[in-house]
Amino acid sequence: MIRADLVEQMVAHARRDHPDEACGILAGPDDGSDRPERFVPMENAERSPTFYRFDSMEQLKVYKAMDANDEIPVVVYHSHTATEPYPSRTDISLAQEPFAHYVLVGTRDPEEHELRSYRIVDGEVTEEEVQVVENYMFSHTGASDVPDQVDPARP
Amino acid sequence: MSATVSIPTILRTHTGGEKQVKAEGTTLQEVITDLEANHPGIKDRLVTDGALHRFVNVYVNDEDVRFTGGLDAQVPDGGTVTILPAVAGGSR
Repeated sequence: MIRADLVEQMVAHARRDHPDEACGILAGPDDGSDRPERFVPMENAERSPTFYRFDSMEQLKVYKAMDANDEIPVVVYHSHTATEPYPSRTDISLAQEPFAHYVLVGTRDPEEHELRSYRIVDGEVTEEEVQVVENYMFSHTGASDVPDQVDPARP
Repeated sequence: MSATVSIPTILRTHTGGEKQVKAEGTTLQEVITDLEANHPGIKDRLVTDGALHRFVNVYVNDEDVRFTGGLDAQVPDGGTVTILPAVAGGSR
């Protein structure tokens, strides 16, 4: 489950960097809620249409900030600009975040983006359904009058 | 000479789930050797053929060791060593 505004920001980032691959993180609380809250676009240090890699110094800064906020990378996203948004062999062999959702944004069609999500653990890929919601209120607690979370991570 | 080492999620299976551990050494090489003594298996995840894995980032006091000597990077007493998996991939 993912908020529509976060999807829009990921897609806008992917469109902006097209035809190079765009990459980044959606951080969320490290409380088991598995909920992306904060959009963190990252520099693709490779600036390549076929490869991405987080810039190592930017990554350190972002990971330290997440640590200080008790956040984890709930989503690691990148774009495929000319091919199907399915994890490539390179994506699979380099995936090192076993608890992250790997989101792929396809921008090969200039009008319609594609968005798919996977778990990649020990070389095994499992696609998962993506549910885009306006907000996370009422969608988890079961108590219809209690918001799950009021998004403290956002400025 | 003791350093604090931050362990990424994917390597915490080697440290019993600990996010931070202590290790002794004056260079990164020595720190990793000491880590291996206490957390067997971790060295293979960091080093191949005498060099750091290409897709592991290691920082000593927030400096990427790629630019400060790799395994020979000096680790000051009380320093921090941060290990992060590189986040990378590609469409080919």
